[in-house]
Amino acid sequence: MLGRSSKAAKVAEELSHYGGVRGRSLARDALQRFLSNKAAIFCVFFLAAIVLFVLFGPALAKWNNEEIDWAVLGDIAAQGMPSVQSGHYFGTDELGRDLYSRTIQATGTSLMVGLIGTAMALVVGTTWGVTAGYLGGRVDSIMMRIVDILYSVPITLVVILILVVAGRSFTTLFIALGSVSWLTMSRIVRAQTLALKNREFIEAARAGGVSELMIVVRHIIPNLLGVLIVYASLLVPDLIFAESFISFLGLGISEPYTSLGALISEGAGTMGYGTLWQLLVPLFFYVSITFTMFFIGDGLRDALDPKDR
Amino acid sequence: MLAYTIRRLAGSIPTILVLIVASFFLMRLAPGGPFTSERPLPPEVLANIEARYGLDQPLWKQLWDYLLNIILRFDFGPSLVFKDRDVSDIISQGLPITLTYGLLTFVVATVVGVSLGVYAAMHHNTWVDYLAVSLGIFAQSLPNFIMGPVLILIFTLWLGWLPGGGWNGGQWPYLIMPVIALSTSYIGSITRITRSAMLEVLNSNYVRTARAKGLSERSIIWRHTLKPTLLPVVSYLGPVFVYVVTGSVFVDIYFSTGGLGQYFVSAALTRDYSVLLGITILYGVLTVIVNLLTDLAYAWLDPKIRL
Amino acid sequence: MVYVMHSTRKIANPVMSVFTIENLRVTFDTTDGVVEAVKDISLNVAEGECLGIVGESGSGKSQTFLAALGLLAVNGSASGSVRLCGQEILNASRIDLNQLRGNDVGMIFQDPLTALTPHLRIGQQMAEVLKAHRGMSNRQSRQLCLAWLDRVRIPDAAARLKQYPHELSGGMRQRVMIAMAMLCEPKLLIADEPTTALDVTVQADILDLMSEMQHQHGTAIALVTHDMGVVARLCDRVQVMRSGECVERGSVEQIFAASQNAYTRSLLEAMPRLDSELNRSSFKAGAAKQVLDVQDIKIDFAVKSSGGLFARRTLLRAVDGVSFDLHEGETLGIVGESGCGKSTLARAVLQLLKTTSGNVAWLGTNLQQLDKQALKAARRDMQIVFQDPFASLDPRMTIADSIAEPLRTYRSELSRREIRQCVGDMMQRVGLEPQLINRYPHELSGGQNQRVGIARAMINRPRMIVCDEAVSALDVSVQAQIMDLLKDLQAEYGLSMLFISHDLSVVGEMSDRIMVIYMGRVVELGRSEVICQHPGHPYTQALISAVPIPDPRVERNRERIRLAGELPSAIDPDSAFRFLPSRLSAKVIGDPPQLQQVGEGHFVAEHDPVDSLLA
Repeated sequence: MLGRSSKAAKVAEELSHYGGVRGRSLARDALQRFLSNKAAIFCVFFLAAIVLFVLFGPALAKWNNEEIDWAVLGDIAAQGMPSVQSGHYFGTDELGRDLYSRTIQATGTSLMVGLIGTAMALVVGTTWGVTAGYLGGRVDSIMMRIVDILYSVPITLVVILILVVAGRSFTTLFIALGSVSWLTMSRIVRAQTLALKNREFIEAARAGGVSELMIVVRHIIPNLLGVLIVYASLLVPDLIFAESFISFLGLGISEPYTSLGALISEGAGTMGYGTLWQLLVPLFFYVSITFTMFFIGDGLRDALDPKDR
Repeated sequence: MLAYTIRRLAGSIPTILVLIVASFFLMRLAPGGPFTSERPLPPEVLANIEARYGLDQPLWKQLWDYLLNIILRFDFGPSLVFKDRDVSDIISQGLPITLTYGLLTFVVATVVGVSLGVYAAMHHNTWVDYLAVSLGIFAQSLPNFIMGPVLILIFTLWLGWLPGGGWNGGQWPYLIMPVIALSTSYIGSITRITRSAMLEVLNSNYVRTARAKGLSERSIIWRHTLKPTLLPVVSYLGPVFVYVVTGSVFVDIYFSTGGLGQYFVSAALTRDYSVLLGITILYGVLTVIVNLLTDLAYAWLDPKIRL
Repeated sequence: MVYVMHSTRKIANPVMSVFTIENLRVTFDTTDGVVEAVKDISLNVAEGECLGIVGESGSGKSQTFLAALGLLAVNGSASGSVRLCGQEILNASRIDLNQLRGNDVGMIFQDPLTALTPHLRIGQQMAEVLKAHRGMSNRQSRQLCLAWLDRVRIPDAAARLKQYPHELSGGMRQRVMIAMAMLCEPKLLIADEPTTALDVTVQADILDLMSEMQHQHGTAIALVTHDMGVVARLCDRVQVMRSGECVERGSVEQIFAASQNAYTRSLLEAMPRLDSELNRSSFKAGAAKQVLDVQDIKIDFAVKSSGGLFARRTLLRAVDGVSFDLHEGETLGIVGESGCGKSTLARAVLQLLKTTSGNVAWLGTNLQQLDKQALKAARRDMQIVFQDPFASLDPRMTIADSIAEPLRTYRSELSRREIRQCVGDMMQRVGLEPQLINRYPHELSGGQNQRVGIARAMINRPRMIVCDEAVSALDVSVQAQIMDLLKDLQAEYGLSMLFISHDLSVVGEMSDRIMVIYMGRVVELGRSEVICQHPGHPYTQALISAVPIPDPRVERNRERIRLAGELPSAIDPDSAFRFLPSRLSAKVIGDPPQLQQVGEGHFVAEHDPVDSLLA
């Protein structure tokens, strides 16, 4: 208690002693610009609502995602419609399972894929790109050659190959998506690092005796953040697309777990039989998520890179 | 320009070789194969089959033969599942179909996207511009597997105007929906790329010079801004090609067009490695070629790169 | 307001005015609100006259003319009156303006590389002007284009028509711009900082060319510039602008000799002058200790040259056998035009890049042989200040963090408070107010940022600093302040200084000795006043005669020394013999020119007689 208060007192003293005006950092400026972008802010709230729905929606569910409602199974088109009374708020699927619970589970999967895949891409892509760009020379050519080769194979097909080879499972899917999603990121990071490396403030740091590692940590990475945030936010919908695409083809994660792609695929298969909600519900969620993500990413780019408007 | 082309071509050969070798090992090292079924085959039968497909040879020998066959005879070996079909047969049957609607998609996405983008940029900060940007983002979030069902729902089930699938020699009613389904999302992204590139060019010093010379707006747009505006679009075409190739898998299955994608998925489900390998390599080679072409187009647009 | 404007228009103008601006006001609608760039500007340009509009950055001088011709950015708007030959043109329709622009009014801009369309050939860009205004076909216009390229003295004009802008040198591009602007023989030529991006010798050529246009073709010129020297050379009348307003107007003689305005006078006083008597250095090299000894440094860069099937790597020798020394408390000026290798040399001295051969010794120890740790220790004594104050500061760090960085590297024993204390003291020393401590570079002006850069360089009390074009990007008045600051700090800390610049008048004012570099080789080295007043080498002579002196009486009576021919390529091995062609043409390629002592501490590279090298 005592230690803390003396520390606090010291901080307070320092603050009052050097009571200069707080500067507006680039990050604060960017945040200000982002906050004034009404469409993007609306999308942030919309996306937050979807996330909250995924987190707390199950509390309202009357059925879980595996149970089959035998009462409606015979006549889905008439009995499995969305209704509050039956407890199937979004109706049921072809097998009489509750679409509400299944949609929540599927949306969760999609969001997880987007987030975890992007996190992997950030870690691997940044490390790869910064290393290649900063070291330059032969290391750079070899590392970027590898990226080029991986790039020349359609990535989603590679993921399918990996799933085929290693077997279909949740973990494999994450690893497969993560192992190819970093390619674009590494290219962007490398290009940025190359540009930064020749800036005078890096030279100034070097002339000031700062070690190469510290230059990367203190000067290169912080200056990459803006670009990283923008491309990460645009990568999320890309990954959600890839996962849904694979699931649509029936090559993604397996039952009883499902994903938006698989639900859309099922819905598309039955839309001729008067059960249109089976298509429209997952479709609405998919389009909402990717649309808001793209809009947010766009807003972030405008905010962080004001010249590119 | 010729020297540049040859140099770029030579540079892509190692890429293709590494691609072949890597996919080859990925497939061969995979646990399980088309002959691993629920009921284990007697060892002698398995040995027999493996001998027939050359699977008993040392790995490097298999790779060498495989490479030689591809290079000398464009032969990817026999399918492991369809007993009497070669991978090359499957390719020569499926590829023309995929290429037809693939190229059409490519052209539609580029032409529509670029026109919309240029139009939006010319009307910067008007409602046309805002509409184009919002629609662009919306279109971007409508991938093929969303567009496909929606199109069929509207045009086949409700309106009954277009056939719900099939190929029929590539007649246009059979082409419309696959092409729209594949291109919508890229029309969106190309529109946005074009728009922001165009805006940057319109703010450049040389456009100011062109205005100061008293040139008409039309000649400024066509002569001075179009080429530099296309630069970022051209570098995006490589990725678009990859997406179209990927999307063809969906189209071939959903619209039953009979293209390569259909074989790719069925091979993936049955672990027909030679077909998977063949199609992957083919797609890889095509991508390398497209990237080469986009590089050449880039060099044509930008005299600073022309060598 | 409206009727006043109408009534003024009816009164016949006593002077034949080609171009008149009255009460022009330009505003920009930005996210931070409406910004007024030009407030109530009036000016007129008479037939065949050259009017200079002088001002520092942000004075609204360029926007005035862009607004007049309807070339403002979309968020800008203008009000007032602009008349070309009596006809109102402000905010006229695009179609009406297009008939004037390029036809009655020609414009040239600051940066000729970005001002020309990169993907169109020179010929195409010129021909389209004639097509738009004269309806000429490409074939008809070709003759006229060729004639104009000849008139602006572009050699081999027919071949140039087929080239792209990036294939020409900066000076060539600006000549093309002038030829293009003159194609329709406009009544008025607006030149917006036409020589700012160019080397002095090229600048002198371009100014001569513009003066020729004015006198031979009777073209009126409106010259927008920040450089009083350029005004002194070219203009008949001057109008001085400051933050969107006109502070003084008058004839050139009047303004330079007897300015009534304090701001104008401060601008004139801030201009460093090559012929100034103050440049005499009081430094005695013999008494001071030698700190830096550079011997025969050579630096090669591998350049990828393409064409042919295989990419080849050619060696470009950026620095070719440079030797010099520096004494304690002395300033050595290094001067040369762009691409001569002066910045490369500076970085080699600080071991920021590898030398191909040669020695750099600091206080007797050879820096090239030191290991990482020892080099880090040695670097504490040697610091650098860069050209671009924004680019040399990390945009994500507060300026205090930037200044403190060398402290954190070398004096890790200091507590946070002590660091803050040090930073605060240093900020005060370089003239930064203490409340700026938490600011970021983008919130400060160029001059303030350069002070931050200097504070960072000085915080560890180095014994030598390298100033690489440290004042070149700044406005004249700020430039003078920073030069004074550097001189003060030098006197206070006994610093040695390498002062690198392309601007001979700045170097002349700062340095005790001057080293002139041409294509990676030293052509002359000597005491500052000797170099400025009695240069020995033809290149130095040409350079000095090209630097405009901000005094019209002196400037217009000086004789230009113009060298024959173009700059050779740096890859060309013969480039070393540029001033010694006799040794080259004798078919016996002998030793490259050596420095020869001609006076006390005055060295001049061997060269052919000056007369044989002139144009």
